[in-house]
Amino acid sequence: MATKSKRGLIKLDAELCKGCYLCKSVCPLNLISISDRLNQKGYHPAIYIEDDIGIKEHKCKGCALCAIVCPDIAIEVYRE
Amino acid sequence: MKKVFGKPKSLKDAVFHYCPGCGHSIIHRLVAEIIDELNIEEKVIGVPPAGCAVLAYDYFDIDIGESPHGRGAAVATGLKRALPDRIVFTYQGDGDIAAIGTAETIHAANRGENITVIFVNNGVYGMTGGQMAPTTIIGQISTTTPGGRNEKRDGAPIDLSEMLALTDGTVYIERTAVDTPKNIIRTKKAIKKAFRVQMAGLGFSLVEVLSPCPTNLKLSPVQANEWIGSTMTNYFPLKVIKDKVGKLGASPHLE
Repeated sequence: MATKSKRGLIKLDAELCKGCYLCKSVCPLNLISISDRLNQKGYHPAIYIEDDIGIKEHKCKGCALCAIVCPDIAIEVYRE
Repeated sequence: MKKVFGKPKSLKDAVFHYCPGCGHSIIHRLVAEIIDELNIEEKVIGVPPAGCAVLAYDYFDIDIGESPHGRGAAVATGLKRALPDRIVFTYQGDGDIAAIGTAETIHAANRGENITVIFVNNGVYGMTGGQMAPTTIIGQISTTTPGGRNEKRDGAPIDLSEMLALTDGTVYIERTAVDTPKNIIRTKKAIKKAFRVQMAGLGFSLVEVLSPCPTNLKLSPVQANEWIGSTMTNYFPLKVIKDKVGKLGASPHLE
């Protein structure tokens, strides 16, 4: 399991997302928000807000709670 | 970076057709993860129900035998008796197992057929548009009980798992939910144990999973999960209902 020093990241496939936002409701660090854009299915997908910043500044620990609740397996989790 | 979570390999690439927030897709994933972990992809046979999960053959990369409405346990009995070395599980909804197929389910359980039943309880008939199911709780609004289910008029919700626990043939019955990450992990443990009970040839195992149906509950996915935790579990408490097996960890041939 992740220790305190470990960092992680998630890859969220916006085209698989159906906008249920369960991931947003369980993230302990509030790192998931809702996109303004629509995906091809017509939902506003969830987005991971640390996508554009370097791994060193990531707050995400890769706990995978978001991936565990995601019904559509749109989230992959990576850990150091 | 090491990948710690991704799509299980016994699921195909097809995108789930389920509604946003549906519990079916989570349970599909858990079953696929367990099949991967137990390394039984080549010898497992699934029996999906009539209902939303009828298209499970599109998602699972395993052998599937479709069953007529409610007759999952009967079809699984035939498959298991003809091919005793296979691991046979049925995947049934509450309308399927607790209304239309009650007789088949109870008799399969009473005979102690060596199969695993995954009973997905969402409290409504999901696919046909949210009519009252036998498991609809008192006061719950559905399209056929617009004023809420009334105990005098419509009867009380049926607790099929407790009923099956009374039969001698059942060895392992547990009720779990998929409303929170903690409960999802517990559900996975329960389903894995049920599969291992079957692999050890011990008898009939059943896992009842309380699952959200946000579309027919007319709630958002997050609210539907809260509703399961706050209301549905009052009628269907999460617990191990029957366990004649005990700990399976001591049996090395199962690992």
